[in-house]
Amino acid sequence: MSKEKQGILGWVDERLPVVEFWEAHLSKYYAPRNFNFWYFFGSLALLILVMQILTGIFLTMHYKPDAELAFASVEYIMRDVNWGWLIRYMHSTGASAFFVVVYMHMLRGLMYGSFKQPRELIWLFGVLIYVCLMAEAFMGYLLPWGQMSYWGAQVIVNLFGTIPVIGDQLALFIRGDYVVSDATLNRFFALHVIAVPIVLLGLVVAHIAALHTVGSNNPDGVEIKKNKGADGIPLDGIPFHPYYTVKDIVGVVVFLFLFSIVVFYFPEMNGYFLEHANFEPANPLATPEHIAPVWYFTPFYTVLRAIPNPFGGVVAMGAAVMILFFLPWIDKNKVKSIRYRSVLYKVNLAVFLVAFVWLGYLGMQGVTPMRSEMALRMSELYFLFFVVLGVYSTNRSAFYYIKWFVIIIGIISAYDVYRSNAEIAALVWQTWLVPVAFLVVALLGAAFTNLDQDKTVPERVTE
Amino acid sequence: MKLLSRLIVSAIVLSASTSFAAGGNGPAFHVNIDMDNRASLQRGATLFVNRCLSCHSAEFSRYNRVADDLGIPQAVMEENMIFTGRKFGQTMTVAMTTENATEWFGAPPPDLSVKARARGADWIYSFLKGYYVSEDSPRGVDNLMLPGTAMPHVLWDLQGYQALKAIDHQDEHADSGHFATPASPFELVQEGKMTAVEYDRAMTDLVNYLVYMAEPAQLKRKSVGVGVLFFLAAFGVIAYFLKKEYWKDIH
Repeated sequence: MSKEKQGILGWVDERLPVVEFWEAHLSKYYAPRNFNFWYFFGSLALLILVMQILTGIFLTMHYKPDAELAFASVEYIMRDVNWGWLIRYMHSTGASAFFVVVYMHMLRGLMYGSFKQPRELIWLFGVLIYVCLMAEAFMGYLLPWGQMSYWGAQVIVNLFGTIPVIGDQLALFIRGDYVVSDATLNRFFALHVIAVPIVLLGLVVAHIAALHTVGSNNPDGVEIKKNKGADGIPLDGIPFHPYYTVKDIVGVVVFLFLFSIVVFYFPEMNGYFLEHANFEPANPLATPEHIAPVWYFTPFYTVLRAIPNPFGGVVAMGAAVMILFFLPWIDKNKVKSIRYRSVLYKVNLAVFLVAFVWLGYLGMQGVTPMRSEMALRMSELYFLFFVVLGVYSTNRSAFYYIKWFVIIIGIISAYDVYRSNAEIAALVWQTWLVPVAFLVVALLGAAFTNLDQDKTVPERVTE
Repeated sequence: MKLLSRLIVSAIVLSASTSFAAGGNGPAFHVNIDMDNRASLQRGATLFVNRCLSCHSAEFSRYNRVADDLGIPQAVMEENMIFTGRKFGQTMTVAMTTENATEWFGAPPPDLSVKARARGADWIYSFLKGYYVSEDSPRGVDNLMLPGTAMPHVLWDLQGYQALKAIDHQDEHADSGHFATPASPFELVQEGKMTAVEYDRAMTDLVNYLVYMAEPAQLKRKSVGVGVLFFLAAFGVIAYFLKKEYWKDIH
């Protein structure tokens, strides 16, 4: 602050550090030069957040959070409000787009080890954002007050009722009534439009503040701050502005192009984004034949259904989300990026992705014995990903891998023996091969081959 | 990683084009919806106000919006299409009270404003063509798409009456529920004012109108979309070259 600043900017800057802020977060925030495709999704998530808030504000101007009026007010927005259909479709498509982008963003974190030391807090805030987003989406989905809104909420709130001792009281407390009703709609509206968004915004600020403290990771998983020039600037770093602002604009335009195709031509996305049954007004007396959550919840919904015991299912579903919080302490391998991880690590991640997508698919389908079996097997693969990740943290002895191979197969088989009966025995033991085959590759492969060897990480980022 | 990103992008594109298979009996017939066929929409609207609107409301739909969208002059609509005592700018409600409806039919006929989005065009088309003579039913007819429906066959004078073709009982267990075959499961037992082809055409018009009414914005949505996409494409080109220009220093 040696130089006297001039003009309005100077006047403001003496009273508020706007220039300092601009420099710290944009023009002198040094980001690695080698960001690739996967690094668009952070800024896109921010874009969608802003879009959801803006469209949400306009929707609340016309929406009525009342069981008698809600459905009609949404149709009023669709028909009688100028450009109401556009605002509504942007909001409903935005919800799905948010999850698409956030899932890609999380996958990026997994692939390049962005959750690892020193970025654990960024990851924790990120998972909290994801959990808030799920709450936000769930409560928002009740508001149109269609059949799926109503029965979806009924099913999910009833999950809390399965918790021993306090369950019934808790479900009652959430609903504010004995069934989902006007009281539920009103409070979900309050939570959806003000409570959760405030928390969400706070978490996003924390997420970005933590990121800008430690600096961005990159596809090579190299810490650029370890190689600084004489001027103290990382040799592999470039100022976020203008380089990544102009690059992100390209990403934004491509995203908006795809987004607009959905908004203007496929707003229902064949029932994936707006479910057909939700165009029937909520009817507490008629349960739909098939209650399916929106696509972004279906992987976890399948985990829930994979366990016959209701409370057991809820615990499994909760664990499937909660385990993400522990990722930085599960995978302690020093090599961050998938580029330099072992072949078996890549297999593990690939199997995890297949299991996640398969879980999502199963969540949209009705139940058959085969699908129930696969739901359990895919849930097992989902959790085994984290187990194997922990095992791969350092190089272990062959005995260590074999020990864990035996232990895990023992646990899986014991559960299969426990639940198997004459009716499903054949299915149980056929699909038993799914986790076993995976473990043979992942653990015995590590014990008897050198496919578990990581590669050498370069000093500087590659092109 | 390039391969992985390409795979994911193509998976997203694919999922957009695959249809969401619903369980149970699919619609028996397929109908081609054409929002650009204004004459068909107008004929459908005429059928709707004459044949449906006496019992079924469309309480989110306004007469003046329909007139505007379908190019029907106000005078023509007021004289020929509003039978319910409503004004031009009002919504399409019915005079029948819920009490009367419940007494006469067991349940009030559902509102049809967004029915086409809930059920799908094929389902409604199949429903309208799905009435058949049934001794077991109190109304003398039943419907293939909605067995036990309380709705009488109000279009009987147009279609006539049809009966289910006798099913070969030996085959019944082999493939039950396979109505989606090209051959119609019905045969006409009493002729109506329309031939089968005429009736199909009339029902296509009606369903076309119901699809329009379920989302009037779709007429505008698609044309606005073209402009937005052209703008984004042009802007994308500029953004790309802007990025390239700036990044010259880096590589």
